[in-house]
Amino acid sequence: MTGFLAFIPRAVAQGIPLLFGCTGEIVTEKTGNLNLGLPGVMYVGAISGVIGSFFYENSVGAGDVNAALAVIIPLLCSLAGSLIMGLIYSFLVVTLRANQNVTGLAMTTFGVGFGNFFGGSLIKLSNADLPSISLSKTSAVFRTQLPFAKSLGIVGEIFFSYGFLAYVAIIIALTVAYILKKTRTGLNLRAVGENPGTADAAGINVTKYKYLATCIGCAIAGLGGLYYVMDYACGIWSNDAFGDRGWLAIALVIFTLWKADLGIFASILFGGLYILYLYIPTGMEHMELKELYKMIPYVVTLIVLIFTSMRARREDQPPQSLGMNYFREER
Amino acid sequence: MDSRSKEPLFHLTKRGAIPKGKAMAIRVLAVVLALIVCAVITGLTTGINPLEVYSSIVSGAFGSSRKTWITLQDVSILLIISLALTIAFRMRFWNIGGEGQVLMGGLGSAACMICLGDKVPGPLLMLLMLISSVALGALWGFIPALCKALWNTNETLSTLMMNYIATQLVLFYTIRWEVPKGSGKIGIINQDSHAGWLPQIFGSKYLLPIIVAVIVTVFTYVYIKYTKHGYEVRVVGESPKTSVYVGINLKKVFIRTMILSGALCGLVGLLLVGGINHTLTATISDGRGFTAVLVSWMAQFNPFAMIITSFIIVFMDRGAGEIATRFDLNQSFGDILTGIILFFIIGCEFFINYQIHFRKKDRDHKEA
Repeated sequence: MTGFLAFIPRAVAQGIPLLFGCTGEIVTEKTGNLNLGLPGVMYVGAISGVIGSFFYENSVGAGDVNAALAVIIPLLCSLAGSLIMGLIYSFLVVTLRANQNVTGLAMTTFGVGFGNFFGGSLIKLSNADLPSISLSKTSAVFRTQLPFAKSLGIVGEIFFSYGFLAYVAIIIALTVAYILKKTRTGLNLRAVGENPGTADAAGINVTKYKYLATCIGCAIAGLGGLYYVMDYACGIWSNDAFGDRGWLAIALVIFTLWKADLGIFASILFGGLYILYLYIPTGMEHMELKELYKMIPYVVTLIVLIFTSMRARREDQPPQSLGMNYFREER
Repeated sequence: MDSRSKEPLFHLTKRGAIPKGKAMAIRVLAVVLALIVCAVITGLTTGINPLEVYSSIVSGAFGSSRKTWITLQDVSILLIISLALTIAFRMRFWNIGGEGQVLMGGLGSAACMICLGDKVPGPLLMLLMLISSVALGALWGFIPALCKALWNTNETLSTLMMNYIATQLVLFYTIRWEVPKGSGKIGIINQDSHAGWLPQIFGSKYLLPIIVAVIVTVFTYVYIKYTKHGYEVRVVGESPKTSVYVGINLKKVFIRTMILSGALCGLVGLLLVGGINHTLTATISDGRGFTAVLVSWMAQFNPFAMIITSFIIVFMDRGAGEIATRFDLNQSFGDILTGIILFFIIGCEFFINYQIHFRKKDRDHKEA
């Protein structure tokens, strides 16, 4: 039992980057934009934050960092980076009506390349022996826990042992769920994703909604990259370490049936599945089994996707115009 | 401000048809613009003369006869995957599962080479490799197609998931078959006996994929343009409702076409494992399943234009390696340049498909 309880915080820490990515992608997809550039966006979000804090830490030198600045600078850099990615995507897809799959894949190529290139350059600048950048001071600020977490024992461990970005992720997910479900803005946004023609006729500015949702979605997803580097990886950037988490976040969107509040539990579940192999004793004889455990999230997602399409309940379906662009004069 | 007579600054209309020459000119202009932007970015971020970077890209792709052959071989591999996906794209079936289908094909070949390498004679082994890789690739295409046909499952998402299932399966078998134990990789299969290594043609180990690519290109062109199957694929792509009206069985077309698409990807797996690398890794496809989507789309699904677009991508990629070593840059710089060029090519399609009408300087309005 204690083993399982110790497993939960690890699963949550794994799940938070996925949660950011998933929430961002839900906002984007709800307006009908299938952004397959999400892995690239998360890379850019991460590396922009790293660049910001790298130069801040270097300018401070050996002295102590100012806690507020150490948080604000990477945060703003990360948001700016992923916003630019969102703007590129929206411009190509919404204004120029380019194919969404193609644009998204190009964004992933670009974003991952961008991350690894600047990551590699910074590594060279820092003259480190290891192929990674360590931002321990900034990370320490990001990882600051609530002061009473330690004194609460196991409860504190499970609920209060995370850096502030983890709580931000949950708050954002709940807010997005509320806005999508309960407000007029959310209704309009969903209308754009279901049938942009009808939404347009009802006087909703389709272009504005698509632009805003995609950019905000990208900004949220970029925070996932920032959380990964600053909190989960303890401020250590190494190229390609982020791995396939971006795709896993897209899988999560399907798994949660485009419901942001469900994403909180689902992302923790996926985070758990992602590291489950570390906790299942496979023995030295059967190391290969851990690769099958890592397959579980994708298989589960595929099954959910197939089952929801089989049951064909209308509220569980992808947004109807997902992947298609809107051109008013087209009939 | 007089809001009554305010006409928007510009409005868009869809072009009917554009002369081929004009469309080509727009595309070339986009590539030129992209190269200029790339040059500026290169200069700003690295301080290296962009012309030197471009010339080293060229020498990276064609610097020696060996480099040229490898470039051509890579173009062929990417081309075959793109053609395979194109068959599906022509019926608006977004198969972005090329990665997984190639991996499964490679897994099939590797399984035959490892388990049967010393048990069956060479020609039979190659036949078994061909059958198993094509069958496994086809299976990976069949599953999403079946779901789409029966329950209208979103194929973009299902093929995407199939990629990662294939990756994990390959990782699973990589560890099961690893040599030596604990190394985490398979190593060169049948290094001494060369069992299952595809034959060299005319003494060149690079020629086989090129020949296969030529055959597949012509096949795809004929299949889509001149066969009944290809006709059905195009009708389904243009308008599913029309195809139902004229009595085309949508489900059958989906499944048949995706089996073909997956099988061709599986064939690439065979070429990669049996002919080029002689080993199996989870990264053997190296993202080409995704790149092929771009290649196919940039060529407007035209098999012959795809030769050019796959060449551009491989050219940039091979050149990137050269930049990395010559200027002590990072290999990923090539990805950034490729990304920028892609953005421009993607964006330029807009100017081919749509026309912008600016507000005319309307003097009559003012006088009135």
